[in-house]
Amino acid sequence: MPGILQIAYKLLINDRAKFAALLVGITFAVFLMIEMTSLFAGILSRSSSTVINIGASVWVMDPAVQTVANTIPLPDYVLDEVRSVPGVKYAVPLYSGAALLKLRDGTYQAANVIGLDDTSLFGWPQMLAGNIEDIFAENAFIAIKDSEFYKLENPTIGTEFELNDHRGVIVGIARVASSALFGVPTLYTTYNRCLQYIPNTRFTISYLLVEPKSPADVATIKARVAARGYLALTKDEFVQKISDFYMYHTGIGTNMMLMTLISFIVGLSISGQTFYTFILENIDKFGALKAIGAKGRELVSMILFQATFVALTGYGIGVGLCAGLIWLARTHLPDYAAMITFGNLTTAFVMVVIIAAVSSYFGVRKVLRIEPFDIFRG
Amino acid sequence: MAQAAIQAQAINKWFGEEPTRTHAVKDVSFEANFGEMLYVVGPSGSGKTTMLSMISGILRPSSGTVKVEDADIWSLSSDALAEFRLKRIGFVFQDYHLFPRLTTAENVAIPLILQHREWNAAVQEAEHNLEIVGLKDRAQLPPVKLSGGEQQRVAIARAIASRPDILIFDEPTASLDGDTGRNIVHFVREQLLTDKRCIVIVTHDARIYEFADRIMRMEDGRVTGVDRSQLDAQ
Repeated sequence: MPGILQIAYKLLINDRAKFAALLVGITFAVFLMIEMTSLFAGILSRSSSTVINIGASVWVMDPAVQTVANTIPLPDYVLDEVRSVPGVKYAVPLYSGAALLKLRDGTYQAANVIGLDDTSLFGWPQMLAGNIEDIFAENAFIAIKDSEFYKLENPTIGTEFELNDHRGVIVGIARVASSALFGVPTLYTTYNRCLQYIPNTRFTISYLLVEPKSPADVATIKARVAARGYLALTKDEFVQKISDFYMYHTGIGTNMMLMTLISFIVGLSISGQTFYTFILENIDKFGALKAIGAKGRELVSMILFQATFVALTGYGIGVGLCAGLIWLARTHLPDYAAMITFGNLTTAFVMVVIIAAVSSYFGVRKVLRIEPFDIFRG
Repeated sequence: MAQAAIQAQAINKWFGEEPTRTHAVKDVSFEANFGEMLYVVGPSGSGKTTMLSMISGILRPSSGTVKVEDADIWSLSSDALAEFRLKRIGFVFQDYHLFPRLTTAENVAIPLILQHREWNAAVQEAEHNLEIVGLKDRAQLPPVKLSGGEQQRVAIARAIASRPDILIFDEPTASLDGDTGRNIVHFVREQLLTDKRCIVIVTHDARIYEFADRIMRMEDGRVTGVDRSQLDAQ
């Protein structure tokens, strides 16, 4: 490390009170920013849980669908039409709906019910107990062991319940990649059983799951589906559409962004003010260095180094704290939806860089304006 | 004949704008020579410190020239001027301006570090300078643990770190008791003044006048006289 930066480093860390105050400011801001954006990322991820868990390459739906939960049923002929599109390897229907369960102790519990295509069982979950073929047994359902599983009174194979006055029995326990957003447990069964047990409108298909013969066929499939007045989206596009809905058409995105912005402003205020005070307290030292022969750019490099060092250290501690808290929360609260992504790490990093830049800007201005003559005058 | 280290020619300094403009230094010309200890004395507000700043490359004169060994320092670029101050001038500020967060040795090493010397080598050399001023055993202490006289010596060790040929002292005894002040200036005269070095001291402490070669008196921004010191009489 160049000597001038070593001086800057020692000036910074040996002033323990100021250094601690600066670190607390940055750490607090980073912690809040990452916590907020991680919560939002967690919510967005869970909002697309069905899309992620089923895993189909292409989803066909009504263009008015905004989230995976608000399905608009498709007529059966759409299935036939999609199957006839060149480039479609296969297409199967999916049922996604809500039902009311009456559990063994007599309490009622809302649940998501996913109906898999009877022929292929496309999108079936990873079995933890029981066999997937048992789904064809009479009144058979598979319970998903996610964060909401306990709401079904922790069923085992053979546990019975009522679903819309129909008898249901758990024939398997399975797991999926992502828990659902709305705090209700999920059951899997066959598509046709869903039609029998759950009241429906004239049209019954929630989504069509399409597998193209090759990725190049996706464009053709989308065009042909669009020509019929429906919408075909790849898995990523559907996830993005759902995310966009929550981000721009509900208050969640705005509130989270507002909280992130407030965290940024709080961090900027604390760190900016403390750093500026630190510079002011050392202004005579910078002036003395200038008088002795330090060049302006050397003094600027000292301040930038100090600001960068504080910012990166605070960023590291903030990320660590946030990761620790999320781990702790997930350990004790299975419903806790927070997910640290590269996106929110980058967002927080950019904001920390802005905090460091703004904080150092005022310090740099002050130091460049200090006249060594002022040091002589005392 | 002594060689001129500093030649100030008709330098003036104004501060501020009309109607509150102040003429701090008025048409001052003088020379300071190598091997000489020149005092600049006068009451507060007489322009001593302003004049000192102009001859040491810190404050640009409003008019006039300052030459160090025949080179006009105010024709240098700001980087070159900083380099000039770093290599050729050693400052001892009135309030010392030592860095409380650095050790004594690191404080002394600052001019060397600014010359891009490797940190450990610079600190090692700084310890040698501390030995010169009798403070080697204080090298690892922070300056705040030292007495006023010791801090003054640290400031002197820092000023001579890059072996400058001009030393500038601003009120070196202002914060010291009489004996300590005299001892410091005696040390400076005996140990640091050589044929190749010029020392300029701004002071209004009459107790140390005896160590000067010449005493330049200033009043109201003007030089009112230059005396030979009592050294000549001895």
